[in-house]
Order: sequence, then structure tokens, then C-alpha cells
Amino acid sequence: MTSIQLEVLLQTLISGILLGGLYALIGIGMTIIMGVMKIINLAHGELMMVAMYIAYVLFSLFHMDPYLSVFIATPALFLLGIAIQKYLINPVLKVESILPENQVILTVGIGMVLANIATFIFKSDYRQTPVDYATKAWYLSDIWKKTPIELSLSMPWSVSFVIAVLITACLWFFLAKTDTGKSIRATAQDRDAALLMGVNVDKMRVITFGLGSSLVGAAGCLFIPIYYIYPDIGGQFTLIAFVITILGGLGSTVGAIIGGVILGLFESLTATYVGMGWAPVGRFVIFVMALIFLPGGVASLLKAKRLGIGR
Amino acid sequence: MSFLEIKKVSMFFGGLAALKDVSFGITKGEILGLIGPNGAGKTTLFNVVNGFYKPSRGDVFFNDITISGHKPHEICQRGIARTFQVVKPLQRMSVLDNVIASALLRTGNRKQAEVAARDILHFTALDNDREVISRGLPLGKRKRLEIARALATQPEILLLDESFAGLNPSELDASIGIIGKIRERGITIMIIEHHMKVIMSISDRIVVLNYGEKIAEGTPQEIRDNGLVVEAYLGEA
Amino acid sequence: MQMRDNGFQMKKYFPIIIAVLLAALPFIGLSSYVMHIIILVIMWSVIGMAWNLLSGYCGQVSFGHAAFFGTGAYASGMLYSKFGISAWWGLPFSIIVVTLLALVIGYICLRLRGPFFALATLSMGVILRITAENLVNFTGGDLGIMIRERTWIEKTWYYYIILAVACGTFLAIKIVIESKLGYYFVAIREDQDAAESLGINTTLYKTIALCLSAMLTGFAGVFYMNYMGYIDPKVVFALHDISIVTIMVVMVGGVATYWGPVVGAIIMVLLSEIIRSVPALGTAHHTFFGILLIVIIIFLPNGIVGDFPKLRKLRDLSRGPS
Repeated sequence: MTSIQLEVLLQTLISGILLGGLYALIGIGMTIIMGVMKIINLAHGELMMVAMYIAYVLFSLFHMDPYLSVFIATPALFLLGIAIQKYLINPVLKVESILPENQVILTVGIGMVLANIATFIFKSDYRQTPVDYATKAWYLSDIWKKTPIELSLSMPWSVSFVIAVLITACLWFFLAKTDTGKSIRATAQDRDAALLMGVNVDKMRVITFGLGSSLVGAAGCLFIPIYYIYPDIGGQFTLIAFVITILGGLGSTVGAIIGGVILGLFESLTATYVGMGWAPVGRFVIFVMALIFLPGGVASLLKAKRLGIGR
Repeated sequence: MSFLEIKKVSMFFGGLAALKDVSFGITKGEILGLIGPNGAGKTTLFNVVNGFYKPSRGDVFFNDITISGHKPHEICQRGIARTFQVVKPLQRMSVLDNVIASALLRTGNRKQAEVAARDILHFTALDNDREVISRGLPLGKRKRLEIARALATQPEILLLDESFAGLNPSELDASIGIIGKIRERGITIMIIEHHMKVIMSISDRIVVLNYGEKIAEGTPQEIRDNGLVVEAYLGEA
Repeated sequence: MQMRDNGFQMKKYFPIIIAVLLAALPFIGLSSYVMHIIILVIMWSVIGMAWNLLSGYCGQVSFGHAAFFGTGAYASGMLYSKFGISAWWGLPFSIIVVTLLALVIGYICLRLRGPFFALATLSMGVILRITAENLVNFTGGDLGIMIRERTWIEKTWYYYIILAVACGTFLAIKIVIESKLGYYFVAIREDQDAAESLGINTTLYKTIALCLSAMLTGFAGVFYMNYMGYIDPKVVFALHDISIVTIMVVMVGGVATYWGPVVGAIIMVLLSEIIRSVPALGTAHHTFFGILLIVIIIFLPNGIVGDFPKLRKLRDLSRGPS
């Protein structure tokens, strides 16, 4: 392999991992919601869009750095998520109807409303938050003078990645060590048992939706410095979240992380070696194949390994 | 080989052995009781016979033909019908429609299916509830509906999964009577039941499962006197 | 099966009366615009009835019916753009193409249950759109297909064609639902495992439902190509404007009822037109639809026809004691 080829490959892999970390954050929110509430939220991407617009507005009006907006958007999305769960989703779960997929359709409606309101306010133009460090990068040659190949780490990408990792770590801590976190996991594993053990299942569901929403909200703020936003952007993020959720396994945070990285690497490799136009199809194809061949996701593979059964 | 032969059937889920080397046979026309503590693998065995699971090891033979691994609808077409422990009525359909849907397997058209269905409903004493939407039935009648539906497929073997659980005494008597009538029609029955008195009184033979293994097989009397069985249910003395 | 259409006394000749009235409609002398609206209503009724068969009666909720609509439209359009023959030949031709597509989609998706089937079909619709956009030499890509010669200037014959398709669809569905197939479809919807245990080959019957549903939707697509004269991937394979609207038509009108899709089509098309005509509301199109969807799901999950008793009760309550 020539040094140029190696350079391209390594650069692609680095981009893939950085992207994957962000994707994982988008996916974790959804996998928690699906794991705990068995709810399919087709408005997930639109929630991220809301956070991105919040960051955009804060940047345009107050020159607030998007990374700081995380502290505002995250709680805002948490509240929005709780409101949606309490006033829209809960009533639907109680209603008796012929089609059990009502809840999915409901979230489609919510997504449409959110996207359309955004179009109303912001029009369909692409908008960005051009921060001054947007093009800054760290170069391998800065630290290793005689490097045979040049690699660069884009600054905003890296910062977003690191913050995403931090948030994920906090989430893991929350779920594993705190009482509320454990209650959430209990509700995900066995709702009735959790109920019997005194967990306020309804409250957990509401908190979980809020949590999932706030996570994807944080992801939005981390995304906007390196991307752009327009009202209909929600769809592709919802899809990304789904692919990661299915790939990783419903309800599994570890799975979502692995799934996110896999997707990030896949897209990065496809973009470099195949071409940009086909990327969306790639996502769908992975999605459908995962649904069919690996319905339990990576998490089921991990579980199988842990229980010591060879496949 | 017996009418229905279960031969060294094992069922593994991940690392868990739900069934381990279970073997026994059922002769035509008999009523075989399947008992054991909760989690012993009784319903799993039904799922294997019925086709919902393909056994990890072993085979199931019906009339000397292997049926293990076939789809449930094929196995039903061959003549093995089952009821579910947690009853599964076709909720928004009426009692009559539930049975018609089932009877359509053996009859050519709707009209004939309806005739057959009405007959079965009479047989299971559900005539008066014909037009009731099955979701609204009390438990006892829902369990009878399960049996009625299974009967409408004209089975040679009927697998009953806890058809007596949760019934009050009069419902119990009605159901026991129906079992007797089913046997008179020449249908072989394998029945899972926790209700000891019932199963001891109606079974010709009994098979006992514990932790996925067969620990005893014999007449009700033999089982009653079997120390292993008592231990399994009550734990170590 | 006794299909109780909740409150409507479905006398045997009600559908026939409607059909006769509709057949006489062009003689009243309505404007071209009104005829256009009516034609759209009828077309959407067809799509709604088709979706209802698979999703309402058989319980396999499809989020990707645009796949069949668009394929029908393209099958028809490409006969014209590639072979120079009339796109109306798409009506028989689409049967083959769309059914083949349905078999493929069925093979991939029908093994999935409930919401996963919904997501998989959604993906199918989008994959087809992207494919149509990218295979430029085959489909014309984003430029779409345009038929320059209109078959007729007046709307009348278009009206009769789509009316015939709609009547045929209505009849076909009625026959299917009242037959053994109907029982099996509903049994599968109510409890697939129980249905399997009762000897019903669920895979086979789900596939039949899917193929029938796809074929009928394909006809609507063929009609659309010929009537509008222009299609492109973003229009005919649209997720929100075709697949989701299809779901809305049936959910608003009444899932698993004969007339539900018709009622829903009337409401959705009229609503669309009203929103479009008021300039201020124009861009809020999707907001209204979204809100309508939310309201229907929470308050009238079985649609207007399905939840008719509920509506009657509300009306009686509001009238107060007499």
C-alpha cells in the first residue's frame, strides 16, 4: 500500500470514528426510549432539529458558542420530551384501536408538525453556525515532525466527539449507579416486575422520554458546528438513530455505541471509496439487513459470547 | 412406534436447556397428562410438538412421519391442534367467527364452515354466546372457545395447555365433561395441567417433567406414589 | 363475516345507488376544477381501499405504499418514454411489474412483525425513490417522465376510467373480505400465532394480501401517470405526500371498513385543497395534517366510520335531554 493510500485510509477511519461517536449519541437516545417504552419515535430527528435551531438562534442573536448551547438545549429538549410523552403519547397508549401501530403514526404526526413549524419560522434555507474555529485542525506533523503521512484531526469534529463521549460516560454512570437510572433499567427489562418492586413505572417512562430527547438535543448542538441545518433535516437523523438502534440492539447503550461507530465507519468508507450519492441508500440497506439478519443487534452477539455459547 | 413419538427432544435457548433428552410416546385414543413444577418445560414441549420451535436435538414423529421442524400450520393440517395457556381469542371477531375461521381449514367454503362451527359450539356448550365478541367473554368461556377452535380443525391429537386454570367449580365440571366427550369422538389428548385432582382423574397415563427432564412416567397411581415426583413439587424434605 | 359498519344500515343496494349516481355525475355539468377534485378523491379512495386490505384487515401496517404507487406510475410512463406506446397499456403491464415488486418486498418484510414491518416498508419506499432518482438513463432521474400528448382534453373519460377502477376495487375487496380469505386475513391480524396453530399458512396469506394491495395501488399510479401527464421520483415515491397520506386517508375515514377509505379520501382531498387555496396557510400544509393525525389517533383511532357510535354519542350528548 502506498503512503498516499495509507493516508487516505487512516484519514477515512479517523473521520469514521469521530462521526461514529456523534452518531452513537443520536442513537443512544432512541435505544433507551425503545428499550424502556417499546415506543418507536419517528420524530426523533425532528427533536434534534429543534435543538439545532435553538443553538442556531443563540448563536445568531447572542454569539453563544454551540457547545455552550448544550447547557440550554439539553434541558429544553428534556422538557419538550416530557411534555410530548405526557400529553400526547401516554393518552394514545391507553386508547383501544384496531391498529397497534397508532403510536408510531402519532410520532409521524408530531414530526410533521415540528418540521413544518420550523419551516414557518426559518424558511427552508440552509443555515449554519460559522464558528471561527470551524476550519481549525490539528495535524500529525505538528507533533511528529518527520511523519511519512499527514493526518489531520478537525477541531470541531474532535471537540464534539470528546463531549459526546463525556455525555455518554455520564449517562452510563447515571444508569448504572443512581437509583433513578436503575429504575429505568428495571422498567426496560420487565415492566411488571418493576411495578411490583415499587418503581413508579409511569414516571420512569416520562423521564426516559425526556432523557432520550435531551440526549439527542445535546447531539444536535454538537452537530451544528460541523454541519448545517434546514427544517427537513430530521428525517435522515431519525433514520440514523434507527439503524444504530437496530444494529446495536434495542435498549443496549453499549450496542448503540458500537452501532454508531460501525455506521460512522461505513459511511466514511462509502463516501471515500464509492461516492456520496449512494450514502442514504447504504443506511437503509444496513437497516433492513440488520432487521432481518441480526434482529437482536450487536447486543445479542455480545450476550451470546458472555454466556459462552459459540455461534 | 407410538401414534405420537417424542424422541430424545432437547431444546436449548442460549445457554439454557429448557428440555433435555425427553422421550415418551402416546398411544392412539389415550389421555396423557403432562405435569411438573412451573418452568419444567411443559409448554416448551408443546411448542416443539406444535411447530413453533424446532428442537435443538431429537425428533417428533406423528404416524411414523417426522414432524419436527415443520411449520405450525402444516402440523395442524396433519392433525395436531393445540390451545394456548394464555388464551388467544381472535379478539374482535365473534365466537362464531372464531370457530368459522378455524373450520375453514377442512371445509371448502364459508357456508359449510359455518355449519361445522355451529356444531362445535353446540358440542362445547357455547351456543348462546355465538354472536358475542370474543374479547368480552369471561375466562371460562374463553378457554372453552380455545378448545372449540382447536376441535374445528378436526384434529387427531389435541394438545391442551392449562385449560382448567382459573375456572370456578361449575366451569370446571363443564370442561371436564367436554374432555370426556372429545375422547369419545376418538381424539387423542395430551394435557398440561396444574390442577392435580383433575389430571389424576381424567388421565390414562402421566408424564412428569422437572427442569426440562422427564423424571417419571406411569399411571396416576404410580405417579402419586413416586417419591421423585413428590420431591420435585415440594422440594427436599 | 358480518361486517357491521357501525350505524350505517348497509342495505345491499346502497353501493349500487352510489355507483349509479356517480356514473350520472358528468351530466350535471360541473366545472373542470370540480371534476379534477372529484377525480382525485376517487383515486385516493382506490389507494386507501388497497392499503386498507393489507393494513386494516390483515393488520400488516405499511408505511411504504408509495413504492407501489410510484412503480405503477413508472411502469406506465416508461412504456411511453422507452417504447413509445400509450401509457394506458400500463394498466395490464403494471400488474406484472407491481406484483413482482410486491413479492420481493413481501419476501424481505413480511417476516417482520408490527412496527418493524412498518419501518421496513417505509425503507422500501425511500429506497425506490432514491433508486429512481439515481438510475437516470432508465427512469429519467429527477427530470421525471412527461407525456406530451393528452389522451383527452375533457375530464369526462378520465373520470369514468378511475370510477371504473374504484368500483372494481370496492367490489373486489368486498368479495375477498366476505370469503375465506377475509376470515384468514382478520385472524392473522388478531393473533398471528393463534392463526398459524389453526392451520392458516400465515406467510402465504399475508403475501396474497400484499400482492392484491400492491396491484390495486399500482393501478392508481398508472392512472396518475396518464391523467397528470408528468411524474418524477419526489412526487410519486413521496413518503409524506403519498405513503403517509394513504395512512391518513384510511385512519381518518375508518380502518377495516368498506366505506372508511372513501370518507377519508373526501376529507383529505378537500382539506388539502382548502389549505392550498388560502395563501397564508399554504406552507402550513403539513402542520395541519400532523395535527389532524394526532387528533384522530387520540380521539378517533378507528376513524370516522369505525368510531361512528362514539360520534353519535357525542352528538346526542351535545343535543342535551330532549
